[in-house]
Amino acid sequence: MPGPIQSIQRAAEVLKLLAHGGAHQLSVGEIARALDLAKPTVHGILRTLHEVGFVEQEVEGGKYRLGAALFQIGTSYLDGNELRAKALNWSDTLAMRAREAVRIGVLHGKHVLVVHHVFRPDNSRQTLDTGALLPWNATALGKALVAFGDNWPDGDLQAFTRHTLDPEQLHAEMNVVRDRDWAYDLHELVEGEASVAAPIRDRRGVVVGAIGISGPVERLCDSPDQPPRLELVSYVREAARSVSRELGGLSW
Amino acid sequence: MAYIAAIDQGTTSSRCIVFDQAGGIVSVAQREHRQIFPKPGRVEHDASEIWTNVQAVVRDALSHASLSFGDIAAFGITNQRETTVVWDKATGEPVHNAIVWQDTRTDALIRQLGDQDRFRERSGLPLATYFSGPKLRWLLDNVEGLRARAERGEVLFGTMDTWLIWNLTGRHVTDVTNASRTMLMNLETLDWDQELVDAMDVPRGILPEIRSSSEVYGTYEGVPVASALGDQQAALFGQTCFEPGEGKCTYGTGAFLLINTGDKPVRSQNGLLTTVGYQIGDQPAAYALEGAVAVTGALVQWFRDKIGLISSAAEIETLARTVDDNGGAYFVPAFSGLFAPHWRSDARGVIAGLTGYISRGHLARAVLEASAWQTREVVDAMNADSGVDLTTLRVDGGMTANNLLMQFLSDVLDVPVVRPIVAETTCLGAAYAAGLAVGYWGGTDELKANWHKAAEWEPSMEPAARARGYRKWKKAVERTVGWMDEDDD
Repeated sequence: MPGPIQSIQRAAEVLKLLAHGGAHQLSVGEIARALDLAKPTVHGILRTLHEVGFVEQEVEGGKYRLGAALFQIGTSYLDGNELRAKALNWSDTLAMRAREAVRIGVLHGKHVLVVHHVFRPDNSRQTLDTGALLPWNATALGKALVAFGDNWPDGDLQAFTRHTLDPEQLHAEMNVVRDRDWAYDLHELVEGEASVAAPIRDRRGVVVGAIGISGPVERLCDSPDQPPRLELVSYVREAARSVSRELGGLSW
Repeated sequence: MAYIAAIDQGTTSSRCIVFDQAGGIVSVAQREHRQIFPKPGRVEHDASEIWTNVQAVVRDALSHASLSFGDIAAFGITNQRETTVVWDKATGEPVHNAIVWQDTRTDALIRQLGDQDRFRERSGLPLATYFSGPKLRWLLDNVEGLRARAERGEVLFGTMDTWLIWNLTGRHVTDVTNASRTMLMNLETLDWDQELVDAMDVPRGILPEIRSSSEVYGTYEGVPVASALGDQQAALFGQTCFEPGEGKCTYGTGAFLLINTGDKPVRSQNGLLTTVGYQIGDQPAAYALEGAVAVTGALVQWFRDKIGLISSAAEIETLARTVDDNGGAYFVPAFSGLFAPHWRSDARGVIAGLTGYISRGHLARAVLEASAWQTREVVDAMNADSGVDLTTLRVDGGMTANNLLMQFLSDVLDVPVVRPIVAETTCLGAAYAAGLAVGYWGGTDELKANWHKAAEWEPSMEPAARARGYRKWKKAVERTVGWMDEDDD
């Protein structure tokens, strides 16, 4: 059997980059830099993808974005807006049960992109942060997403507090996350704050997002140095299962 | 632990949602039914198929959460409004497909009945194809032998609430909110109005008994069936708009803005409907002003199914975000005429402002913006009728998942837009009304305490841009009217 075809691998990399690029539009130069490829190589790949409708340009010579043909193939790419629409009921229910703010995130380069946010249900003044980026290594959402991926996202892991895990601790923790199927963070992004999250799976069982709650440790944990309460964990996991079922990821 | 199950018999599907005491969703089941289009302008449903689906979704919702009928304290019903069915009292067989609210076959009859405002004082409604009375009249005139059978008392009329309650409990009743959409009920007495019944020429004997929205009508599998509310009124109830001046806008197939006006009906000078909001048991009814927009979500579905640039409704946001604005394009979806505040059945849709620059992204924007501009027109009418400006818009329905739309809505209204924590307010309202009737909840204050803000969008558009956009929108609307001619089908 022949080995992998390099040009297809590279084309796939280009598409993944465009799917997860913040602006959804990138120039040849930007793609070449991001993938460490020569510009003519990238140009050739883009020209071919353009011919089959997988990428398109607003104007001749302009930036590239994903093309309509890809949207129609659809199933392999879960739209963030679609995920939000499917998750609406279950994220609301989670916020009501846990009495905490809910976020749904998807992996976006080395960050977690917030695709949905439900306010903490106490009618206090809060600001919608859909579209915000969170670091993956210091959030429950990020850990729940990365634990089930093939590799860690590229880039250095930033420490946000003295509790942010170092790479060695993080490796150990990721094994635990995979085993129990949920993740938490305790003071790791912000001192005094904690979060819990569980993975959302599509119909092939692939993790396509994560749903979780976050808030002050006094409310989430029995004591400041203990993981979040299991009751809250069960609400989060139930919400993740319900959204997965909505996506066809579970048969029951 | 007991739960409340809400049955939502909607335009495209029937659903059952089970709620817990905090108003949280425990389980959901849904089945779509066929949309039958025998001719342009005609839309029908098979009422028997709907009854089969309703039984199935109740079963499914219970089994998803491993519940039995014994775990349910009450059933509540909410339904697509105005859709009209007549059935054989002895066999339970419908005599014809149900005529759906969107159906415009009664156009000629409406013109024949005369001035648009003829029944407005008594019924609160303008003469329009939308309401049930004319649909019933059409059936009596067009189904062979039906009038004679109706006069002999062999058939029964109902909206979908009545059809379901009759099948569930054996009683022939409707609630005040559904009755207020027939154009046969007197808004003051809350009973059938003999003058309206005579003008529409329907036998009074086939009409159901009008009851409150929140009381036990009977039982199904031993469980009380304890509420019925038209879908929009149910959403008003679910948003806990119990005080005069409180209102909401629900975004589904169409969009419906309802404001509670308290215990007196308020007549609109600006093209809004006067309708019953709800009635809890023996308490006085609460009235509402309603601004109805026929096509909002339906335009996104049309864009998905007929144009095919997107494969799911949610993707319209993704496509719209590929551009920064509408590029000058405006889409007025007057597919079956314009509803509030214009009420022009001779209007048809237009896309205005087309240039070679317009891409599919711009069209996606124009599709979403149409929902917001139509809401703006209705809010302006509401402000003019009430003399008080709306300060916040409470929204619900599936389209509230669309962040781009919600932000744009706040921008064009220039007020904050707020989504409550349960977007399924229609089902929640039916559950609340049923729960009140059986004592599952103590009172409306307890329900209000369940209402929480889940999201809020603040206006951020420059006033000049808002004014320019609204001006263009109004010009586009002008271009839709008068399209249909006498000899058009």
